[in-house]
Amino acid sequence: MTTQSQSKRYSAGVYIIGIAAIILLAVIPLFIITDSEFGGADGLGAETVATLAPDYDSGWISNIWEPPGGETESALFALQAAIGGILIGYFFGYLRGKKANNRET
Amino acid sequence: MFIKKYQRIGWLLAAVLLLSGQAAWAGSEAAPQTMHIMEGFLPLGWAVFWWVAAIPFWFIGFRQVRKVLADRPEQRLMLGLAGGFIFVLSALKIPSVTGSSSHPTGTGLGTLLFGPFIVTILGTIALIFQALLLAHGGISTLGANAMSMAIGGPLAAYYLVWRPLRGKVPTWLSVFATAAIANLFTYIITTTQLALAFPDPVSGLMGSWLTFAGIFAVTQIPLAIAEGILVVLIFNALQSSAPTEMKQLGLEGV
Repeated sequence: MTTQSQSKRYSAGVYIIGIAAIILLAVIPLFIITDSEFGGADGLGAETVATLAPDYDSGWISNIWEPPGGETESALFALQAAIGGILIGYFFGYLRGKKANNRET
Repeated sequence: MFIKKYQRIGWLLAAVLLLSGQAAWAGSEAAPQTMHIMEGFLPLGWAVFWWVAAIPFWFIGFRQVRKVLADRPEQRLMLGLAGGFIFVLSALKIPSVTGSSSHPTGTGLGTLLFGPFIVTILGTIALIFQALLLAHGGISTLGANAMSMAIGGPLAAYYLVWRPLRGKVPTWLSVFATAAIANLFTYIITTTQLALAFPDPVSGLMGSWLTFAGIFAVTQIPLAIAEGILVVLIFNALQSSAPTEMKQLGLEGV
């Protein structure tokens, strides 16, 4: 591994601490704020528009298609994440295959 | 040695999975919309303005993407990685300390790897997917949303943070700052766009800006920090596991 000395790798500990910090940042709000449903921030934005400009009609254009309900919407969000996950996994799988191939030959 | 190397990537994937599971749980009862300006929530004039403003950036971005695909086909997989990262992260609605949810942008990684203009295209693809299939954002507001997430955030992060800091501070710091600013700046632009279109009748543009900033920016700061940490880890994993690919992008020794 000394051949790759130009970029030093973090130890596993750094990775574990970093990932723990990310998870904590996302989980802590769920415990310190218990009376909220964690609605979308742009939903709040829309409410603020209604307060600032009560006469504004946002109905001049509407979404071409809307998911019929929360279930379909969750499915489509999951689809989006899955597409992204496949692309990321494909890349790391490619790296792994390439290394394994180099090792054999 | 071989196993150890991939252990780290495994940890990262586990973290992403955990986050997405957690976000799905938190999002199940959440309001249907998150972040981005919703369809119809900009008057026609402003919607057109932001579309026109975005077009030159799309043009440059499109040419750069075509150039990478044609001249450097070996970087296609990295391009897929950068795009995939934006797709995953912008699908995760994560609860924040203000009691509302928002999502990371994922544009920081692509900006580090390919520069801001290519991210313009990758980010817009994610926005179109969300506007058409999820009624999340919209076609009339696509120009404005692209301006914030796919154009402004990456440009600010690249030219104000990454270029000046690169090599001058530890890598983790410059990478963290780039990803966090790409995320935060997206919301600063969204705030400005809404304030411009809806100035407060009493306190004017500034009052309106502060009102919207209170909603978006505060929600966003913890997410910007989380995204920054994630990108630092992924960048490091790439430098150690994909030295050849990083070298092609001129990022092997930073």
